[in-house]
Amino acid sequence: MSLPSRVDYSPEAAELLLKLTKINGPLMFHQSGGCCDGSSPMCYLKGEFRVGGSDVLIGELVIPRMNEPVEVWMSATQFEYWKHTHLTIDVVDGRGGGFSLESPEGKRFLIRSRLFSDVEWALLENSPVQTGA
Amino acid sequence: MTDFIAPGQPGSKVTYASRYDHWINGEYVKPDSGQYFENVTPVTGKVFCEVARGNAKDIDKALDAAHAAAPAWGKTSATERAIILNKIADRMEANVEAIAVAETWENGKPVREALYVDIPLAIDHFRYFAAAIRAQEGSAGELDNDTVAYHFHEPLGVVGQIIPWNFPILMAVWKLAPAIAAGNCVVLKPAEQTPVSILFLMDIIKDLLPPGVVNIVNGFGVEAGKPLASSPRIAKIAFTGETTTGRLIMQYASENIIPVSLELGGKSPNIFFNDVAAENDAFYDKALEGFTMFAVNQGEVCTCPSRGLVEAKIYDKFMGDVTARTKAIKMGNPLDLSTMMGAQASTDQLEKILSYLDIGKKEGAKVITGGERADLGGELAGGYYVMPTIFEGNNKMRIFQEEIFGPVVSVTKFDGFDNAMEIANDTLYGLGAGVWTRDMNTAYRAGRAIQAGRVWTNCYHAYPAGAAFGGYKASGIGRENHKMMLDHYQQTKNLLVSYSPNKLGFF
Repeated sequence: MSLPSRVDYSPEAAELLLKLTKINGPLMFHQSGGCCDGSSPMCYLKGEFRVGGSDVLIGELVIPRMNEPVEVWMSATQFEYWKHTHLTIDVVDGRGGGFSLESPEGKRFLIRSRLFSDVEWALLENSPVQTGA
Repeated sequence: MTDFIAPGQPGSKVTYASRYDHWINGEYVKPDSGQYFENVTPVTGKVFCEVARGNAKDIDKALDAAHAAAPAWGKTSATERAIILNKIADRMEANVEAIAVAETWENGKPVREALYVDIPLAIDHFRYFAAAIRAQEGSAGELDNDTVAYHFHEPLGVVGQIIPWNFPILMAVWKLAPAIAAGNCVVLKPAEQTPVSILFLMDIIKDLLPPGVVNIVNGFGVEAGKPLASSPRIAKIAFTGETTTGRLIMQYASENIIPVSLELGGKSPNIFFNDVAAENDAFYDKALEGFTMFAVNQGEVCTCPSRGLVEAKIYDKFMGDVTARTKAIKMGNPLDLSTMMGAQASTDQLEKILSYLDIGKKEGAKVITGGERADLGGELAGGYYVMPTIFEGNNKMRIFQEEIFGPVVSVTKFDGFDNAMEIANDTLYGLGAGVWTRDMNTAYRAGRAIQAGRVWTNCYHAYPAGAAFGGYKASGIGRENHKMMLDHYQQTKNLLVSYSPNKLGFF
């Protein structure tokens, strides 16, 4: 039985990711924490943000009509506090967000969360997560 | 009718221009792209001006101006620079109401905070660094009879600064005052949510600074912030924001081998020991206010006391009293002096707070009060308002671990000193903390045990110049608000001088 996904995307997010890919090229996310624009998924050109052993790959968004999946990363320490929740990358109107690529579009990626069900969690609890090392 | 009239209305203390260009080399310069973006007031959700949309070429233009100004500015005497800083402070003081209203209109905060806290602190900050730079001295070390090590402070040259939107003027001044006091020239990128209140201030003080010393380029982070942070032409980058962008900025800085200072937020515990409620007196009343400080600036403060830790014995009584205090928070038009809590700074910030109210409920946290968006009706119906919210839960919940940056406090009970410290330190961050007790031995031990850069003891949210501010752990690198900040903006030059006429004898 395959593992349930930890991260998903809304149709609006997929549409914006397609647009941003056309403008910029292949993309990645790194989930932020902390102040001001924190707790937002930051969208970068793939490889722009250097991930390493202190980051975990929480999922790859496979989006129709996109050649490459969009990797979603988070720092490993932050993941410890987030791992029991399923994340959906959504979009709202807005601006800003560090150097994230969507802000010139007047949009902002936003995380929506839910608790994993008992069935999902039983499968995920002890399954390893890949680091960037 | 509000106490202060909205900018642009007849009789207002503030008239914003309809369009703002970049401030480069002492004048307004049109953006290279010819493009502008709309600036919205969160008070009503309506557009009130347009702002230049900067790009790498605008940043380069600003860096040209800063580099042209840097040699002369770096050689001005500390006395001259201090006089200019003091004049800026005097000019701001003479215009404090206008600056406060301008900031409130752009950011949404209650005008009483801008008027009595943010802008007076900004004014004092210029005076503090005027004094600090005058009093700073190098040193002469007599290493032996014939050898002296002289140490001189030299400016770094041209520095980049990226400013957050929660205190658009105060946070800019925290970075600007030490940088220019130390003899540097600056290229500053305001947050795109609050791009013009700093230009409103610049218009008031612009004749006091030589052209090119302070340059301000607006725009989106990816288009203007990134070219600034990654430029090989800056000698330092200072950033207040969040962890992912902080890491990216360090990554760019590593390519240019320049120092960074970072302030990246927190999840500050505010700890109330049993003895707080020993008497129903002024101190107890102060402690209740201290808890309610989570609503300051609508919670949009890096040090928001967003985790309330209350000792078991007083839990029920204390929570009853702070809930009543929280329910008494008056929301309303930020331009009214009686308004205690205004609007969240932007629509996406509002959305993020609402998403956290949602996950808090889903994780089983109990809403004690608030928990939803507030509709204030009338002309404020389109504004971004959230009810002050108290959650009850446990420290493993995400609302206890992530900075919501809204008027939301997550409360849990603790049992004894060790348990309090364990919960307080169970966080990725370490920026601020509060400790409340009548026993100064407990206060001292708690203050030293908490892994945070600032531990308010029987107070909260005070930011006087002279008290170092900065983070442990993931909350960042470096300190602000203290004369040690001058070190972040200076090189150390050592002249090692031999006064001996005799050779060593090696060759």
